[in-house]
Amino acid sequence: MSTGYDEATEGKVYSVTGADWDEVVTGVRDSEEERLVVNMGPQHPSTHGVLRLVLTLDGETVTEARGVIGYLHTGIEKNMEYRTWTQGTTFVTRMDYLSPIFNETAYCLGVERLLGIEDRVPDRAQAIRVMMMELNRISSHLVAMGTFGMELGATTPFLFGYRDRELIMDLFEYITGLRMNHAYVRPGGVSVDLPAGAVDKVGEFLKEMPKRIKDIRKLLDENPVYLRRTQDVAYLDLTGCMALGITGPILRAAGLPWDLRKSQPYCGYETYEFDVPTERSCDVFGRYLVRMKEMEESLKIIEQALDRLAGPLKGDPVMIEDKKIGWPAQLALGPDGFGNSPDHIAHIMGSSMEALIHHFKLVTEGFRVPAGQAYASIESPKGELGAHVVSDGGTRPYRVHFREPSFCNLQGFPAMAEGGQVADVIAAVASIDPVMGGVDR
Amino acid sequence: MTSPDNLPEVPGVPEVPESPVARRGMFGASDSGDTSGYGGLVVRRAPQLSTPRPYGSYFDEVVDSLGLDDAIERVVVDRGELTLHVKRERLVEVCGKLRDDAALRFELSLGVSGVHYPHLTGEELHAVYHLCSITHNRRIRLEVSCPDADPHIPSTVGVYPGNDWHERETYDFFGIVFDGHPALTRIMMPDDWDGHPQRKDYPLGGIPVEYRGATIPSPDQRRSYQ
Repeated sequence: MSTGYDEATEGKVYSVTGADWDEVVTGVRDSEEERLVVNMGPQHPSTHGVLRLVLTLDGETVTEARGVIGYLHTGIEKNMEYRTWTQGTTFVTRMDYLSPIFNETAYCLGVERLLGIEDRVPDRAQAIRVMMMELNRISSHLVAMGTFGMELGATTPFLFGYRDRELIMDLFEYITGLRMNHAYVRPGGVSVDLPAGAVDKVGEFLKEMPKRIKDIRKLLDENPVYLRRTQDVAYLDLTGCMALGITGPILRAAGLPWDLRKSQPYCGYETYEFDVPTERSCDVFGRYLVRMKEMEESLKIIEQALDRLAGPLKGDPVMIEDKKIGWPAQLALGPDGFGNSPDHIAHIMGSSMEALIHHFKLVTEGFRVPAGQAYASIESPKGELGAHVVSDGGTRPYRVHFREPSFCNLQGFPAMAEGGQVADVIAAVASIDPVMGGVDR
Repeated sequence: MTSPDNLPEVPGVPEVPESPVARRGMFGASDSGDTSGYGGLVVRRAPQLSTPRPYGSYFDEVVDSLGLDDAIERVVVDRGELTLHVKRERLVEVCGKLRDDAALRFELSLGVSGVHYPHLTGEELHAVYHLCSITHNRRIRLEVSCPDADPHIPSTVGVYPGNDWHERETYDFFGIVFDGHPALTRIMMPDDWDGHPQRKDYPLGGIPVEYRGATIPSPDQRRSYQ
């Protein structure tokens, strides 16, 4: 029971912090006031991370819903102003930790536009970026669908989702060295070429994955409990999406085939064949279907990228040739477990003093980026991820701001939840698929 | 930067006006002598851009359709992106026309980003709006500035409801007050936080870390290259 409130203005206030529900129930039983304000989160298994929801309830109906964020704010944008442009990738990769490759790519595209080197990034680097991004899209959607099932009370999709995501995590570890926080995409290309055997491993994954996606769809597509919980729930139509700036699967589930990979292609997406799945139902189930179909489309894109990487682009450089920007990218795994470039080391340590100085300056000081601002946007699994990058001509970003799709989409959750049932709030939030690391940055 | 103890004074070097200088010397380091021989180099700050017509691409068409020339301070086309610097008192009007005019139709607002330029006296704080037209598949950027002494910009929530949280974020980080916003409160930082963290005069903080006898200063104390 709480104290220190004004009963005349606020009515009777009961604060529940532990296992004292009986007290509340007896207290409320004789009350005429039906309005109930419930605080959900920030630590609650079904709020998808540290998100706090303040719900005003009238019986089982939500009359007002508010989201409170900021619990995972890490000051990434501020920190980047004190590191070089290249070091920035290690920060942005940690924002939306379920789609690190997208964060890095958006940021690097922004930096490349400022540098004016967009056309000089090698095709092989772009194809690797595309392949990694699509793998990442699948892993992000798998987590979205897995946690979604769990939040609605079904544990099996969760286990399936995480089991299948593990395949992609293994690929990421094999290619970049890390399961998460890769800092793999760098301004000018990617940090290292695909290791030997990576093409085969991705090929095996492509054979295995369609079956795995089918397994999840078998569990959920026609599951009557799941359909009841998702169909016609958290309705948000195209007008609502536009007004609230909502993009990604939510927008496509409202019927608009808006996908930046098609409409404003980057990284060579215009050369890949794939469809943009849409639904017209504007509800949670539609968003689920869009995500499942997108995974299948992603597999198509990965296959095409893989063919190019194993075929015409084999052996090409993965980092821009400009030595004033590109770090050495011909890395080999050393006996100590770290990646190094033996040839480059032999060159700078043994034969060229100028190369040593140059390498030292490039790594410690970084490259200068001409003053100006740029906005680069890509289609992340959650929607449009934009990077507003400002330079004052120095070796560090002057300001970097991210237009995080989770942040924008989460804003639309009251519009989906108000007027619905309490239980549907969970479905609404889960269908937005917010990742709080991205929301709060 | 040359230090007087390791280089003799060179007679006859022309004086350089102070204000537009971005850096001196080759490498921009100021905490030790520059032995590179480029110590006298002066790099000026990039001048304020203003692009003359024609702007190229679809940009002329957008500016013509908008038609509110008196509301626009200058137009910048840089790196294939169109930026309109809008007078702050006309911002809402410009946004409304950009959204509703059939030839413009910038339906989707991609949020607000703040930038703090302490050296631009009288327009220290900038709010940057990215808009996207799905109908015409176009993008545009609006930039509005306000002085630090009077950090007010009209709110665009009435035109783009999705800017609600973005304006709160910009207020939180830069202290720009968006007049007319329905509930302008902090969003990332705690409600009782002092200061606005993304401003350039707000320190990053941090402590020096010792590792194997060497001390690494905190990030904002490390040598920086301008």
